[in-house]
Amino acid sequence: MSTASSTAPWNRSARFTSNPAAREPGAIRWLVIGVALTFFAVFLLLPLLAVFAEALRKGWAAYLAAISAPDALSAMRLTLLAAAVAVPLNLVFGIAAAWAIAKHDFRGKNVLITLIDLPFSVSPVIAGLCYVLVFGAQGWFGPWLAAHGIKIVFAVPGIILATIFVTVPFIARELIPLMQAQGRDEEEAALVLGASGWQTFARVTLPNVKWGLLYGVILCNARAMGEFGAVSVVSGHIRGQTNTMPLQVEILYNEYSFAAAFAVASLLALLALVTLVVKTIIEWRAGAELRPDEAP
Amino acid sequence: MATPRRHRVLPGFGLSLGLTISYLSLIVLIPLAAVFAKSAELDPAQFWHVVTTPRVVASYRLSFGAALLAAFINVVFGLPLAWALVRYDFPGKRIVDALVDLPFALPTAVAGIALTAVYAGNGWLGQYLEPLGITVAYTPLGVLVALIFIGVPFVVRTVQPVLEDLDIEFEEAAASLGATRTQTIRRVVLPMLTPALLTGFALAFARAVGEYGSVIFIAGNLPMVSEITPLIIITKLEQYDYAGATAVAAVMLVVSFVLLLVINVLQAWMMRSNDKAHA
Repeated sequence: MSTASSTAPWNRSARFTSNPAAREPGAIRWLVIGVALTFFAVFLLLPLLAVFAEALRKGWAAYLAAISAPDALSAMRLTLLAAAVAVPLNLVFGIAAAWAIAKHDFRGKNVLITLIDLPFSVSPVIAGLCYVLVFGAQGWFGPWLAAHGIKIVFAVPGIILATIFVTVPFIARELIPLMQAQGRDEEEAALVLGASGWQTFARVTLPNVKWGLLYGVILCNARAMGEFGAVSVVSGHIRGQTNTMPLQVEILYNEYSFAAAFAVASLLALLALVTLVVKTIIEWRAGAELRPDEAP
Repeated sequence: MATPRRHRVLPGFGLSLGLTISYLSLIVLIPLAAVFAKSAELDPAQFWHVVTTPRVVASYRLSFGAALLAAFINVVFGLPLAWALVRYDFPGKRIVDALVDLPFALPTAVAGIALTAVYAGNGWLGQYLEPLGITVAYTPLGVLVALIFIGVPFVVRTVQPVLEDLDIEFEEAAASLGATRTQTIRRVVLPMLTPALLTGFALAFARAVGEYGSVIFIAGNLPMVSEITPLIIITKLEQYDYAGATAVAAVMLVVSFVLLLVINVLQAWMMRSNDKAHA
């Protein structure tokens, strides 16, 4: 999934189709394509199209009314806020982790890499639960927080924390392999030539990893705006206050306001499509820079 | 630390590692430790009782069973999809390739209601499946469909780069030695893909076990029948049964850690066999 390995494959299938030793008979080829595309259509394409079809079922007027409802707008604001806090924090974390891991040697490095990946293998529900256990009324800091009138769980800070938890690994796991593959020679040369540490980072490391960085940010942002399970546990579902867009979708859906639920959902689906388009463009650019001789 | 004090050339080691460890501890490790600390408040007999009540056990069976089956189906169909994307040309290939990552980008709640719309009795596919006696929405089959959806990219994206980088000379050698194409694929190509397929399987399985958002809309959430383990945790929380929720969460966490370990071993194996394929 890293940018380095996902090069545009359609430029390269010719070496298989033109080589008789690596080519299947036409009938088999079309059978494989048929199976692949049926699977793709049934599980990916149809659900995506269904979001937009259901959203527009009652017409454009109802659609626009649904996405400009006050609750929907406040859900959008909260979703943007959560992403606006989570993504920059995880960006700083990702850069720091990649700098430590890729540019230095220390014991326990593999353990640290595994720990960074941890939020990917923890159920989002458990991510939400652990913040309830730490900051909730029954939790470690619950009594202290209550005494000082600070509310974290079932309030905006909890939503932001849960969003940060589930998106911790995204940027780090893009940068670590990339920076490891690039080695340390260029940075060491910059230092020998008299650059400071920050100059070296800003002028040598950062330009080298810009595509991987952007790729990680895009995916981190998509997940931050779309997180449901973890946020659901800590939100308390207070309309107009602690509902993010995915939670608003759930509420509307459970109230049988299907068209409105799908209308809000369609905005998230559009976000997903934009994410995929940007991601694909980044992969082409990064691929073209990595293999300039093979660029179309 | 007993690390040999070598001279570090690049600066910022202390700052970057300190920041990494503090942030990770505050955001992830300490809160996760709270799950185990809280579940330790139950005495072992109580803990055992909570995590083995029939309703909870039925949810393990569904969560793990459906996740295993979904990961397996993703391997069976993900391989032809990856194969077609790497080796064949067909109209719309770029779009298909980009949309394979849809489950990563689409919020799970959106996926959940979309899948329900498609597979419900009056949905685009449901209306043809239901007369055949296949009810997907609001049954365990719905859980399976949702878990297949979220697992698609894991297998395809793990297999795709390996398939792309596969040296074509192995297949040429097999063909020139008289192997049929079927033999070449079965005896030469597939064995080289096995580590990637297993890694994709494990990643899809790990993700599916804990999945919540895409499942709850289509599952029907009937206790003992179509109730997944993450939902049990939520239900217990809503009843203020923090200890019970935490006990079930601790069981799931242990399983996740074991899976993470297995995935690491598989990935190391995949890297080694890739190096060998290029040697």
